[in-house]
Amino acid sequence: MLTSRTAAAVTAAALTALGLAACSDDGPDDGKTHITVTIDAGLEQAAIDAFNARVEQFEDANPDIDVETQEYTWTAGTFTAQLAGGTLPDVFSIPFTDGRGLIERGQIADISAYTAELPYRDAFNPNIAAAGEDADGNLWAIPIAAYGQGLHYNRTLFEAAGLDPDAPPTTWDEVRTAAKAISDATGEAGYATMTNGNTGGWILTTVVDALGGRTEDAGTATIDTPQMREALAQLQAMRWDDDSMGDTLQYDWAGINQDFAAGRIGMYVSGGGNYGNLFTQNGLNPDDYGLTVLPLADAPDAGVLGGGTLAAVSPNAEPAEQEAAVAWIDFYYMEKLTDQAAAVADAEVKAETGQPVGAPELPVFDQATYDEQQSWIAEYVNVPVDQMAPYTSQVFAQPLVNEPVTATQEVYAVLDTVVQSVLTDEGADIDALLATAQADAQAAMDAAA
Amino acid sequence: MTTTDIRTSGASGGGVAGHQAGPPRAARPGRPRARLARARSGLHTLVFLAPMLIVFGVFSWLPIGRAVVMSFQRTNLVTDPVFVGFANFQQVFADPQLWTAIQNTGYFALLALLFGYPVPLVAAVLMSEVRKARGLFSALAYLPVVVPPVVAVLLWKLFYDAGEDGVFNTILGWFGLGPVAWLQDADVVMPSLVLEATWAAAGGTVIIYLAALVGVDPSLYEAAEIDGAGVWRKLWHITLPQLRGVLLITFILQIIGTAQVFLEPFLFTDGGPANRTLTLLLLIYRYAFTNSLGGDYGAAAALSLMLAVVLAAFSMLYFRLTRKWSS
Repeated sequence: MLTSRTAAAVTAAALTALGLAACSDDGPDDGKTHITVTIDAGLEQAAIDAFNARVEQFEDANPDIDVETQEYTWTAGTFTAQLAGGTLPDVFSIPFTDGRGLIERGQIADISAYTAELPYRDAFNPNIAAAGEDADGNLWAIPIAAYGQGLHYNRTLFEAAGLDPDAPPTTWDEVRTAAKAISDATGEAGYATMTNGNTGGWILTTVVDALGGRTEDAGTATIDTPQMREALAQLQAMRWDDDSMGDTLQYDWAGINQDFAAGRIGMYVSGGGNYGNLFTQNGLNPDDYGLTVLPLADAPDAGVLGGGTLAAVSPNAEPAEQEAAVAWIDFYYMEKLTDQAAAVADAEVKAETGQPVGAPELPVFDQATYDEQQSWIAEYVNVPVDQMAPYTSQVFAQPLVNEPVTATQEVYAVLDTVVQSVLTDEGADIDALLATAQADAQAAMDAAA
Repeated sequence: MTTTDIRTSGASGGGVAGHQAGPPRAARPGRPRARLARARSGLHTLVFLAPMLIVFGVFSWLPIGRAVVMSFQRTNLVTDPVFVGFANFQQVFADPQLWTAIQNTGYFALLALLFGYPVPLVAAVLMSEVRKARGLFSALAYLPVVVPPVVAVLLWKLFYDAGEDGVFNTILGWFGLGPVAWLQDADVVMPSLVLEATWAAAGGTVIIYLAALVGVDPSLYEAAEIDGAGVWRKLWHITLPQLRGVLLITFILQIIGTAQVFLEPFLFTDGGPANRTLTLLLLIYRYAFTNSLGGDYGAAAALSLMLAVVLAAFSMLYFRLTRKWSS
């Protein structure tokens, strides 16, 4: 018979063993391949329902695969932590800028054997496919969306300021004039820009590209340029001369979307496909929304900064899980771009659950494939396409510029500081700021090399 | 050593003495039983210690040891690490942002010391003078500590709204002042963070001081009152000397805490504007999580290790220098 002390000791040991056993992460042994896929964080219930409906369709078509969902939104800080901690879902999305680096360092799974089997493997726009390829041209991550930056504007604030919402600004001078008009008439920020978490550098780079400059030339930082001075001088004038940038001067991507959707911002620059986030996660009133192309300077190298999203697979996924993950990417992200039935099914589910269908994107394949896909879902389009016409009617004619590739996030962080200085220090010396930023950016690029 | 241990030790000693003198046979079985009991006792101790040892080992000591190793590695925690000697330390020292972060952290610590350190002491002394509803005041002082830090920061972001309709700016407006860009003006932002941090943390220190004040002999105050001492003379000549041990501890805790400030600059300003609130821990966070190398954990661990060594050395020096006073 056990003494009470011995019984207590055995219980303690058993509990410890149980606790340790609970740390193991074995999936259920039901003969299926289990994968975890990404669902955007903070979606409205209708969007979650639409996603779950697609999961059921996939599981019906693939009875040997079980799909679990995990909320995920890429941000520079959380992604790196999740990657190191091994807590990413099996399928996750990353921006084009991170693809090459993650592939070179082996931080995502090599799924090229499976992607080579995809029927549309060779149909990708080569420039876009390159973001997910290794040096030998093997596709490790699949491009699922591409965008060009755009100027988002609030039509209601335009009207309140006596501006014509159907004739948005076409030059940066007109942007400044409209911003002042909105600010004077409504008290809201006429123009706002992102500043934090490397997004300040991202948007500043966008404007510099639109003015015909670049921030990198094959591993050499080109920060201290006339275009950069022009972009910063414009910000300085709007902030301190016109007082048209409102009271909040520190924004990241989520924060600026939130304030724009709430009607506190007249104009801001971000990806042309932002409507989905504004509507489903920030409750944007569609009637308020307007989208136009970025004003491009009359300069030979002026272009619109592009970017996009890659679907990648966790390096911890086993081969069977990798294969299942590619099947999911093919089903959820790609079939709707290449197969009429899938495109219609996806649009139908989204339309039925009140989710946006038809928000503008750039083609990941060729223009003809994109146009055909748009024709398949035309009857389900429920976004205010007329209000996006200033963008969709011109963006395909704008020269597309790729994001810088060397130490991208570090250089963006350096430029964050420059933007913040200009917006918060009335006496900011742009020459001195750029001299420092040039040195810091070059140091970051040298370190990355 | 437990009571049981003492008893079995005593029994064992008696057994040895008995053996030398030719003990009766009845005593012999006591030796193996004593050994068995001692062994069982040690086993029981080990079993009961095991969960604590495992938890501390896995979640505290192992990560600390791992961080020390990592500071000499180039690693992204996915692929195999590579030992790089002191390269991470050289990289950190060459980073101009390190000196910015040191200056900012020092500035935060100084402001917190000037304004945040005396506040709980004064509050505790005043509350100890109150005859009625002392519990209510204690609860009110401690309430901010109970508020989750992230919620507190979100709340204070509303207070600090730079517009004229922000809470603090509205109050300033009543006196014809402001508006102030609390979190966006480079000269104001750090004091703003210190103000919130003091509000959030002072309650815990107030409770410590109140508990210490209970231990002060009331007859000292009574004698001082008879001698005509006022509140401030009592504070200077009785309270502070009587609390010096606690004050020394809270001082060093304050220094260690403020040297590791992260939450406020991370959530309020993300280090801005223009790195004016970039602190050492925020720099470590940036090394680890916001760069194109997919996590420069080696540099992050190197700076963490340097900070830990400096704080440990400072603490040892502090206790050595104040040993005489504290005794």
